[in-house]
Amino acid sequence: MAITLPELPFAKNSLEPYISERTLEFHYGKHHNAYVVNCSKLIENTELQNEPLEVIIKKSAGNASMAGIFNNSAQVWNHSFYWNCIKPNGGGAPTGKAAELINKDFGSFEKFVEEFKNAAATQFGSGWAWLVQKDGKLQIMKTPNADTPMVHGAKALLTIDVWEHAYYLDYQNRRPDYITTFVEKLINWDFVNSNIE
Amino acid sequence: MSKFELPQLPYKFDALEPHIDARTMEIHHGKHHAAYVANLNKAVEGTDMEKLSLEELLKNISKYPAAVRNNGGGHFNHSLFWTLMGPNKGGQPSGDLLSAINSEFGSFDSFKEKFSAAAATRFGSGWAWLTISNGKLAVSSTPNQDNPLMDVAEVKGTPILGLDVWEHAYYLHYQNRRPDYISAFWNVINWDEAARRFKEAK
Repeated sequence: MAITLPELPFAKNSLEPYISERTLEFHYGKHHNAYVVNCSKLIENTELQNEPLEVIIKKSAGNASMAGIFNNSAQVWNHSFYWNCIKPNGGGAPTGKAAELINKDFGSFEKFVEEFKNAAATQFGSGWAWLVQKDGKLQIMKTPNADTPMVHGAKALLTIDVWEHAYYLDYQNRRPDYITTFVEKLINWDFVNSNIE
Repeated sequence: MSKFELPQLPYKFDALEPHIDARTMEIHHGKHHAAYVANLNKAVEGTDMEKLSLEELLKNISKYPAAVRNNGGGHFNHSLFWTLMGPNKGGQPSGDLLSAINSEFGSFDSFKEKFSAAAATRFGSGWAWLTISNGKLAVSSTPNQDNPLMDVAEVKGTPILGLDVWEHAYYLHYQNRRPDYISAFWNVINWDEAARRFKEAK
Protein backbone atom coordinates (compact mmCIF):
# COMPACT_ATOMS: atom_id res chain seq x y z
CA MET A 1 0.00 0.00 0.00
CA ALA A 2 1.63 3.19 -1.13
CA ILE A 3 2.02 5.99 1.37
CA THR A 4 0.45 9.09 -0.11
CA LEU A 5 -0.12 12.72 0.78
CA PRO A 6 -3.89 13.12 1.24
CA GLU A 7 -5.66 16.18 -0.15
CA LEU A 8 -6.18 18.97 2.37
CA PRO A 9 -9.88 18.88 3.37
CA PHE A 10 -10.15 22.69 2.95
CA ALA A 11 -8.67 25.45 0.79
CA LYS A 12 -5.23 26.64 1.92
CA ASN A 13 -6.48 30.18 2.53
CA SER A 14 -9.70 29.16 4.26
CA LEU A 15 -8.31 29.16 7.81
CA GLU A 16 -7.16 32.80 7.58
CA PRO A 17 -6.54 34.77 9.72
CA TYR A 18 -6.12 32.01 12.31
CA ILE A 19 -3.71 29.85 10.31
CA SER A 20 -2.23 31.58 7.27
CA GLU A 21 -2.06 30.21 3.77
CA ARG A 22 1.72 30.59 3.98
CA THR A 23 1.87 28.36 7.07
CA LEU A 24 -0.20 25.71 5.29
CA GLU A 25 1.95 25.92 2.18
CA PHE A 26 4.96 24.91 4.24
CA HIS A 27 3.23 22.73 6.81
CA TYR A 28 1.28 20.66 4.32
CA GLY A 29 3.27 21.15 1.11
CA LYS A 30 6.75 20.79 2.62
CA HIS A 31 6.70 19.18 6.08
CA HIS A 32 3.85 16.70 5.61
CA ASN A 33 5.02 15.96 2.08
CA ALA A 34 8.59 15.32 3.28
CA TYR A 35 7.33 12.78 5.82
CA VAL A 36 5.43 10.99 3.01
CA VAL A 37 8.47 10.99 0.72
CA ASN A 38 10.89 9.88 3.46
CA CYS A 39 8.58 7.17 4.75
CA SER A 40 8.10 5.76 1.24
CA LYS A 41 11.86 5.75 0.68
CA LEU A 42 12.59 4.06 4.01
CA ILE A 43 10.10 1.19 3.55
CA GLU A 44 10.99 0.54 -0.08
CA ASN A 45 12.08 -3.07 -0.59
CA THR A 46 11.47 -3.95 3.06
CA GLU A 47 8.81 -6.22 4.48
CA LEU A 48 6.81 -3.10 5.40
CA GLN A 49 6.55 -1.93 1.79
CA ASN A 50 3.00 -3.11 1.21
CA GLU A 51 1.64 -2.69 4.71
CA PRO A 52 -0.99 -0.11 5.64
CA LEU A 53 0.32 3.00 7.44
CA GLU A 54 -1.04 1.93 10.86
CA VAL A 55 0.81 -1.38 10.65
CA ILE A 56 4.06 0.38 9.72
CA ILE A 57 3.67 2.70 12.70
CA LYS A 58 2.91 -0.09 15.16
CA LYS A 59 5.66 -2.40 13.89
CA SER A 60 8.35 0.29 14.03
CA ALA A 61 7.32 1.79 17.41
CA GLY A 62 9.85 1.38 20.22
CA ASN A 63 12.46 -0.14 17.93
CA ALA A 64 15.60 2.04 17.90
CA SER A 65 16.83 0.60 14.61
CA MET A 66 13.53 1.63 12.98
CA ALA A 67 13.38 5.16 14.45
CA GLY A 68 13.46 6.78 11.01
CA ILE A 69 10.54 4.69 9.80
CA PHE A 70 8.56 5.34 12.96
CA ASN A 71 9.21 9.09 12.94
CA ASN A 72 8.21 9.53 9.32
CA SER A 73 5.25 7.14 9.25
CA ALA A 74 3.77 8.44 12.50
CA GLN A 75 4.20 12.02 11.30
CA VAL A 76 2.37 11.14 8.06
CA TRP A 77 -0.53 9.80 10.14
CA ASN A 78 -0.47 12.61 12.73
CA HIS A 79 -0.62 15.32 10.08
CA SER A 80 -3.36 13.65 8.03
CA PHE A 81 -5.35 13.36 11.26
CA TYR A 82 -4.60 16.97 12.27
CA TRP A 83 -5.95 18.40 8.98
CA ASN A 84 -9.24 16.66 9.65
CA CYS A 85 -9.39 18.09 13.17
CA ILE A 86 -9.61 21.67 11.89
CA LYS A 87 -11.96 23.51 9.53
CA PRO A 88 -13.08 27.00 8.59
CA ASN A 89 -15.75 28.28 11.02
CA GLY A 90 -14.90 25.56 13.50
CA GLY A 91 -14.22 25.73 17.21
CA GLY A 92 -16.44 26.45 20.16
CA ALA A 93 -18.41 23.89 22.11
CA PRO A 94 -19.08 20.39 20.77
CA THR A 95 -22.48 18.80 20.21
CA GLY A 96 -23.65 15.19 20.21
CA LYS A 97 -21.61 12.35 21.60
CA ALA A 98 -18.47 14.46 22.14
CA ALA A 99 -20.41 16.96 24.26
CA GLU A 100 -21.96 14.18 26.29
CA LEU A 101 -18.72 12.28 26.94
CA ILE A 102 -16.69 15.42 27.66
CA ASN A 103 -19.20 16.43 30.32
CA LYS A 104 -19.16 12.93 31.74
CA ASP A 105 -15.37 12.43 31.81
CA PHE A 106 -14.10 15.99 32.44
CA GLY A 107 -17.03 17.46 34.40
CA SER A 108 -17.58 20.29 31.94
CA PHE A 109 -16.47 21.62 28.56
CA GLU A 110 -14.52 24.39 30.36
CA LYS A 111 -12.61 21.81 32.36
CA PHE A 112 -11.76 19.90 29.18
CA VAL A 113 -10.55 23.11 27.51
CA GLU A 114 -8.33 23.88 30.50
CA GLU A 115 -6.72 20.42 30.47
CA PHE A 116 -6.32 20.31 26.69
CA LYS A 117 -4.74 23.79 26.59
CA ASN A 118 -2.44 22.92 29.45
CA ALA A 119 -1.20 19.75 27.73
CA ALA A 120 -0.57 21.65 24.49
CA ALA A 121 1.25 24.49 26.27
CA THR A 122 3.46 22.23 28.41
CA GLN A 123 4.57 19.70 25.77
CA PHE A 124 8.21 20.86 25.90
CA GLY A 125 9.86 21.03 22.50
CA SER A 126 8.17 19.47 19.49
CA GLY A 127 5.07 17.31 19.82
CA TRP A 128 1.32 16.97 19.98
CA ALA A 129 -1.58 17.24 22.45
CA TRP A 130 -4.54 14.90 22.12
CA LEU A 131 -8.04 14.06 23.22
CA VAL A 132 -8.13 10.27 23.23
CA GLN A 133 -10.45 7.45 24.15
CA LYS A 134 -8.74 4.89 26.36
CA ASP A 135 -10.23 2.16 28.52
CA GLY A 136 -13.70 3.49 27.72
CA LYS A 137 -12.92 7.02 28.89
CA LEU A 138 -12.01 10.31 27.26
CA GLN A 139 -8.58 11.50 28.36
CA ILE A 140 -6.00 14.17 27.56
CA MET A 141 -2.60 13.04 26.37
CA LYS A 142 0.57 14.73 25.11
CA THR A 143 3.30 13.12 23.03
CA PRO A 144 6.82 14.26 22.02
CA ASN A 145 8.02 14.54 18.41
CA ALA A 146 6.26 11.90 16.25
CA ASP A 147 4.84 9.81 19.09
CA THR A 148 1.17 8.98 18.65
CA PRO A 149 -1.69 7.53 20.78
CA MET A 150 -2.22 4.31 18.78
CA VAL A 151 1.05 2.89 20.11
CA HIS A 152 -0.11 3.56 23.67
CA GLY A 153 -3.38 1.69 23.42
CA ALA A 154 -5.41 4.85 22.93
CA LYS A 155 -7.70 5.96 20.12
CA ALA A 156 -7.12 9.52 18.92
CA LEU A 157 -10.21 11.73 18.77
CA LEU A 158 -8.63 15.21 18.38
CA THR A 159 -5.13 16.62 18.08
CA ILE A 160 -3.23 19.90 17.99
CA ASP A 161 0.24 20.04 16.46
CA VAL A 162 2.58 22.00 18.74
CA TRP A 163 5.74 21.64 16.69
CA GLU A 164 6.90 25.23 16.20
CA HIS A 165 6.47 24.84 12.42
CA ALA A 166 2.70 24.60 12.98
CA TYR A 167 2.45 28.15 14.29
CA TYR A 168 5.73 30.02 14.13
CA LEU A 169 5.07 32.13 11.01
CA ASP A 170 1.74 33.29 12.46
CA TYR A 171 2.34 33.35 16.23
CA GLN A 172 6.15 33.10 16.77
CA ASN A 173 6.81 32.38 20.47
CA ARG A 174 3.14 32.87 21.40
CA ARG A 175 2.12 29.22 21.47
CA PRO A 176 -0.71 29.92 23.95
CA ASP A 177 -2.38 32.27 21.44
CA TYR A 178 -2.27 29.57 18.76
CA ILE A 179 -3.77 27.04 21.19
CA THR A 180 -6.61 29.38 22.21
CA THR A 181 -7.38 30.17 18.58
CA PHE A 182 -7.37 26.47 17.73
CA VAL A 183 -9.96 25.76 20.44
CA GLU A 184 -12.16 28.77 19.77
CA LYS A 185 -12.05 28.99 15.97
CA LEU A 186 -10.80 25.79 14.35
CA ILE A 187 -11.81 22.47 15.95
CA ASN A 188 -13.92 20.28 13.68
CA TRP A 189 -16.22 18.65 16.25
CA ASP A 190 -18.04 16.62 13.57
CA PHE A 191 -14.76 14.85 12.89
CA VAL A 192 -14.19 14.30 16.63
CA ASN A 193 -17.69 12.81 16.89
CA SER A 194 -16.98 10.48 13.98
CA ASN A 195 -13.93 9.08 15.83
CA ILE A 196 -15.78 8.18 19.04
CA GLU A 197 -16.30 4.47 19.48
CA MET B 1 16.58 40.10 42.94
CA SER B 2 16.31 37.20 40.55
CA LYS B 3 19.12 34.73 40.66
CA PHE B 4 19.50 34.22 36.92
CA GLU B 5 19.56 37.08 34.43
CA LEU B 6 19.24 37.40 30.68
CA PRO B 7 22.70 38.30 29.33
CA GLN B 8 22.95 41.11 26.81
CA LEU B 9 23.41 40.02 23.25
CA PRO B 10 27.12 40.76 22.47
CA TYR B 11 26.13 42.41 19.14
CA LYS B 12 23.12 44.10 17.54
CA PHE B 13 20.06 42.11 16.44
CA ASP B 14 20.92 42.72 12.78
CA ALA B 15 24.63 41.96 13.13
CA LEU B 16 24.32 38.41 11.75
CA GLU B 17 22.33 39.40 8.64
CA PRO B 18 21.84 37.96 6.05
CA HIS B 19 22.64 34.61 7.68
CA ILE B 20 20.40 35.09 10.70
CA ASP B 21 17.85 37.88 10.41
CA ALA B 22 17.25 40.63 12.99
CA ARG B 23 13.63 39.62 13.67
CA THR B 24 14.66 36.06 14.49
CA MET B 25 17.41 37.31 16.83
CA GLU B 26 15.07 39.74 18.55
CA ILE B 27 12.42 37.09 19.30
CA HIS B 28 14.95 34.35 19.99
CA HIS B 29 16.86 36.42 22.57
CA GLY B 30 14.14 38.73 23.85
CA LYS B 31 11.29 36.19 24.06
CA HIS B 32 12.53 32.58 24.03
CA HIS B 33 15.74 33.04 26.03
CA ALA B 34 14.05 35.55 28.36
CA ALA B 35 11.27 33.01 29.06
CA TYR B 36 13.80 30.31 29.97
CA VAL B 37 15.43 32.72 32.44
CA ALA B 38 12.10 33.74 33.98
CA ASN B 39 10.88 30.14 34.26
CA LEU B 40 14.21 28.95 35.68
CA ASN B 41 14.04 31.62 38.38
CA LYS B 42 10.48 30.55 39.17
CA ALA B 43 11.52 26.90 39.39
CA VAL B 44 14.40 27.42 41.84
CA GLU B 45 12.94 30.25 43.93
CA GLY B 46 12.60 29.39 47.61
CA THR B 47 14.28 25.98 47.21
CA ASP B 48 17.77 24.64 48.00
CA MET B 49 18.49 24.79 44.28
CA GLU B 50 18.77 28.55 44.67
CA LYS B 51 22.17 28.10 46.33
CA LEU B 52 23.63 26.24 43.36
CA SER B 53 25.24 27.60 40.22
CA LEU B 54 23.74 26.75 36.84
CA GLU B 55 26.66 24.41 36.10
CA GLU B 56 26.12 22.61 39.43
CA LEU B 57 22.44 22.15 38.63
CA LEU B 58 23.16 20.83 35.13
CA LYS B 59 25.79 18.36 36.35
CA ASN B 60 23.20 16.56 38.52
CA ILE B 61 20.14 17.45 36.47
CA SER B 62 18.57 13.99 36.84
CA LYS B 63 17.94 14.87 40.52
CA TYR B 64 15.99 18.03 39.76
CA PRO B 65 12.51 18.75 38.38
CA ALA B 66 11.83 18.84 34.63
CA ALA B 67 11.30 22.63 34.80
CA VAL B 68 14.93 23.05 35.91
CA ARG B 69 16.23 20.72 33.21
CA ASN B 70 14.23 22.44 30.47
CA ASN B 71 14.72 26.04 31.54
CA GLY B 72 18.20 25.65 33.04
CA GLY B 73 19.32 23.95 29.85
CA GLY B 74 17.57 26.62 27.79
CA HIS B 75 19.31 29.42 29.70
CA PHE B 76 22.77 27.82 29.52
CA ASN B 77 22.52 26.79 25.86
CA HIS B 78 21.32 30.16 24.60
CA SER B 79 23.83 32.15 26.69
CA LEU B 80 26.57 30.03 25.14
CA PHE B 81 25.11 30.16 21.62
CA TRP B 82 25.13 33.97 21.44
CA THR B 83 28.85 34.10 22.28
CA LEU B 84 29.71 31.52 19.63
CA MET B 85 28.49 33.76 16.80
CA GLY B 86 29.38 37.22 15.61
CA PRO B 87 29.49 39.56 12.62
CA ASN B 88 32.39 39.09 10.16
CA LYS B 89 33.21 35.68 11.56
CA GLY B 90 33.12 32.21 10.07
CA GLY B 91 35.98 30.60 8.22
CA GLN B 92 38.09 28.09 10.09
CA PRO B 93 39.61 27.89 13.54
CA SER B 94 43.39 28.12 13.86
CA GLY B 95 46.07 26.90 16.24
CA ASP B 96 45.44 24.12 18.75
CA LEU B 97 41.73 23.79 18.05
CA LEU B 98 42.32 23.28 14.32
CA SER B 99 45.06 20.73 15.05
CA ALA B 100 42.75 18.86 17.41
CA ILE B 101 39.91 18.89 14.82
CA ASN B 102 42.28 17.63 12.13
CA SER B 103 43.61 14.86 14.30
CA GLU B 104 40.17 13.75 15.54
CA PHE B 105 38.12 14.08 12.33
CA GLY B 106 40.78 13.87 9.60
CA SER B 107 40.12 17.39 8.28
CA PHE B 108 38.10 20.51 8.97
CA ASP B 109 35.77 19.59 6.09
CA SER B 110 35.02 16.16 7.46
CA PHE B 111 34.34 17.70 10.90
CA LYS B 112 32.02 20.20 9.22
CA GLU B 113 30.20 17.36 7.49
CA LYS B 114 29.82 15.39 10.71
CA PHE B 115 28.61 18.37 12.75
CA SER B 116 26.15 19.40 10.00
CA ALA B 117 24.77 15.86 9.84
CA ALA B 118 24.27 15.81 13.62
CA ALA B 119 22.35 19.09 13.35
CA ALA B 120 20.28 17.95 10.36
CA THR B 121 19.28 14.57 11.76
CA ARG B 122 18.28 15.65 15.27
CA PHE B 123 14.56 14.85 14.96
CA GLY B 124 12.32 17.49 16.55
CA SER B 125 13.87 20.19 18.74
CA GLY B 126 17.44 20.14 20.00
CA TRP B 127 21.09 21.09 19.63
CA ALA B 128 24.20 19.87 17.83
CA TRP B 129 27.49 20.00 19.75
CA LEU B 130 31.24 19.84 19.50
CA THR B 131 32.49 18.84 22.94
CA ILE B 132 35.60 17.78 24.74
CA SER B 133 34.65 14.42 26.09
CA ASN B 134 37.27 12.46 28.06
CA GLY B 135 40.02 14.66 26.64
CA LYS B 136 38.91 14.16 23.02
CA LEU B 137 36.78 16.17 20.62
CA ALA B 138 33.39 14.61 19.84
CA VAL B 139 30.32 15.55 17.79
CA SER B 140 26.88 14.79 19.20
CA SER B 141 23.36 16.11 19.47
CA THR B 142 20.85 16.40 22.32
CA PRO B 143 17.05 16.65 22.36
CA ASN B 144 15.15 19.74 23.49
CA GLN B 145 17.29 21.88 25.87
CA ASP B 146 19.56 19.10 27.12
CA ASN B 147 23.31 19.62 26.78
CA PRO B 148 26.60 17.73 27.26
CA LEU B 149 27.06 19.08 30.79
CA MET B 150 23.99 17.16 31.97
CA ASP B 151 24.34 13.78 33.62
CA VAL B 152 21.56 12.53 31.32
CA ALA B 153 23.49 13.31 28.11
CA GLU B 154 24.62 10.41 25.92
CA VAL B 155 27.91 12.19 25.17
CA LYS B 156 29.01 14.07 28.29
CA GLY B 157 31.68 16.73 28.24
CA THR B 158 32.41 20.44 27.89
CA PRO B 159 30.71 22.09 24.93
CA ILE B 160 33.07 23.97 22.61
CA LEU B 161 30.53 24.77 19.89
CA GLY B 162 26.72 24.46 19.85
CA LEU B 163 24.04 24.97 17.22
CA ASP B 164 20.38 25.50 18.10
CA VAL B 165 18.14 23.47 15.76
CA TRP B 166 14.83 24.25 17.40
CA GLU B 167 12.57 25.51 14.63
CA HIS B 168 12.31 28.88 16.42
CA ALA B 169 16.02 29.41 15.68
CA TYR B 170 15.45 29.52 11.91
CA TYR B 171 11.79 29.22 10.90
CA LEU B 172 11.05 32.89 10.10
CA HIS B 173 13.94 33.00 7.64
CA TYR B 174 14.43 29.41 6.45
CA GLN B 175 11.09 27.68 7.20
CA ASN B 176 11.47 23.93 6.51
CA ARG B 177 14.98 24.38 5.05
CA ARG B 178 16.99 23.46 8.13
CA PRO B 179 20.00 22.41 5.99
CA ASP B 180 20.26 25.95 4.57
CA TYR B 181 20.30 27.38 8.10
CA ILE B 182 23.02 24.92 9.09
CA SER B 183 25.12 25.96 6.05
CA ALA B 184 24.65 29.63 6.95
CA PHE B 185 25.81 29.02 10.53
CA TRP B 186 29.38 28.38 9.27
CA ASN B 187 29.52 32.04 8.16
CA VAL B 188 28.89 33.42 11.65
CA ILE B 189 30.83 31.06 13.95
CA ASN B 190 33.07 32.90 16.40
CA TRP B 191 36.06 30.55 16.33
CA ASP B 192 38.03 32.75 18.75
CA GLU B 193 35.45 32.04 21.43
CA ALA B 194 35.37 28.34 20.56
CA ALA B 195 39.20 28.24 20.76
CA ARG B 196 39.12 30.01 24.13
CA ARG B 197 36.65 27.42 25.45
CA PHE B 198 38.78 24.63 24.03
CA LYS B 199 41.91 25.92 25.76
CA GLU B 200 40.09 26.31 29.05
CA ALA B 201 38.55 22.84 28.94
CA LYS B 202 41.59 20.93 27.77
